[in-house]
Amino acid sequence: MPVAMLQNVAKTYGAVTALRGIDLTIEPGELLAVLGPNGAGKTTAVRILLGLTAPTSGRAELFGHPPSSHPAKLRRGAMLQVARVPETLRVCEHIELFSSYYPKPLKLEETVAAAGLGGVEKRLFGDLSGGQKQRLLFALAICGNPDLLFLDEPTVGLDVAARRGLWTHIRGFVERGGSVLLTTHYLDEADALADRIAVIDQGRIIAQGTPAEIKQRGASAGLEDAFLSLVRQNASSIEEVLQ
Amino acid sequence: MMHVYWMETRTELLKFARMKSYALSTILYPLMFYCFFGLAMAPQNSTAPMARYLIATYGAFAIMGSTLYAFGAGIAVERGLGWLEVKRASPMPTGAYFFAKGAVAVAFGSTVILLLFALGATFGHVRMAPVQWVLTFIGLVAGVVPFGLLGLTIGNLAGPNSAPATVNMIYMPLAFCGGLWIPFNFLPKAVQQLAPLLPSYHLGQIALAVQNTPGKGSIGGHVAALGAFGLIFLGTAWLAQSRGREKMYG
Repeated sequence: MPVAMLQNVAKTYGAVTALRGIDLTIEPGELLAVLGPNGAGKTTAVRILLGLTAPTSGRAELFGHPPSSHPAKLRRGAMLQVARVPETLRVCEHIELFSSYYPKPLKLEETVAAAGLGGVEKRLFGDLSGGQKQRLLFALAICGNPDLLFLDEPTVGLDVAARRGLWTHIRGFVERGGSVLLTTHYLDEADALADRIAVIDQGRIIAQGTPAEIKQRGASAGLEDAFLSLVRQNASSIEEVLQ
Repeated sequence: MMHVYWMETRTELLKFARMKSYALSTILYPLMFYCFFGLAMAPQNSTAPMARYLIATYGAFAIMGSTLYAFGAGIAVERGLGWLEVKRASPMPTGAYFFAKGAVAVAFGSTVILLLFALGATFGHVRMAPVQWVLTFIGLVAGVVPFGLLGLTIGNLAGPNSAPATVNMIYMPLAFCGGLWIPFNFLPKAVQQLAPLLPSYHLGQIALAVQNTPGKGSIGGHVAALGAFGLIFLGTAWLAQSRGREKMYG
């Protein structure tokens, strides 16, 4: 049984259509990367699976529960794009607060180790580096010992070393048996981390498969070229329909 | 469950206490204004009720400030810059979020009120029966409910960057026109007629009535007026937040 599921989900905001009927499942223990250009509908799909917004039509479930229900919330963690985190709190205070939301959280030291925050526990959030800030958000997502993790463009704006650092911790979470939905527009990130990739463009899933299969379907050795060719094919087929 | 409420409250208190702009504006403004207008400017042979009057109204000014900044500016920033989404995606009980903000408003507001009491009793010759001190305190602190709801409305309507300025633009005129800075009878006639339409006026009048300082209307009437304001603010906040939730995302 999949841990998360979107079934024929569409979402419109007024006159704008963000999702045009997508099907998506996350199997236990896998890392699914949702890959797509900016504005493709990645964040909308995540927000629906987190119960932050309701689909206009279709069905969304987490562990067989509605995404906004308490049982669903207890078994997932989420790292979202956030412009500002309260800066006058220490790293350990942030983690202890989020841990208190869950019945069986990880111990503070375990969370700190799993997110690579050793040595900066007492530092105020405002005094952290960019990479440390992202790792704190990662810590808040995993501190409740969830089965499923949502990572919405977790490495945007990070330098190479900081990105690689966060990748290590994401891999660690999967090795311990967790499932992950990762959205990204970095192809190397999807290639390096994902068991399976879903390419999303203009509110539709245009390709799905392992990184190798995606490269094959895009008729290219590199994921970047495969991605571009898939998106271009999608654009020209839409034009055909319109004509 | 209790544990979550306590953790949320403790964390929120630490967060605001370390925020210099919040601590300074909520604690310093009311004390400074009381020193200027209540102590320094008071006529030499001022009657006791004048100093008492200003203890009540500056107390109302204080609780309004701590509440409007915690709820109005606090929520606008967290909502506008994405932090509230992170909280809403987590299993945090919604009640804990608002409880913690209310606790911050009460903690800072009542600290300032107690400091005002100390100033008034020491330098302003304010003399009251113990029960009147206690009732004045309770009446003022209860103001956290209607003004918390007003703050909730501001927090759901104001943008994250303009929120502190928006709070000031509402807070200062409310205080002046409600007769919290200078006694009601010294206000211009037009403002006196406007005052009953403002929640700040009713909170000030409740504190005055508790002390038997000559005020206007009855306690029951003022409480009912604040209740009505509270319901209007709650409705507006609800409408604003359901509209804001359907914002566009990529």
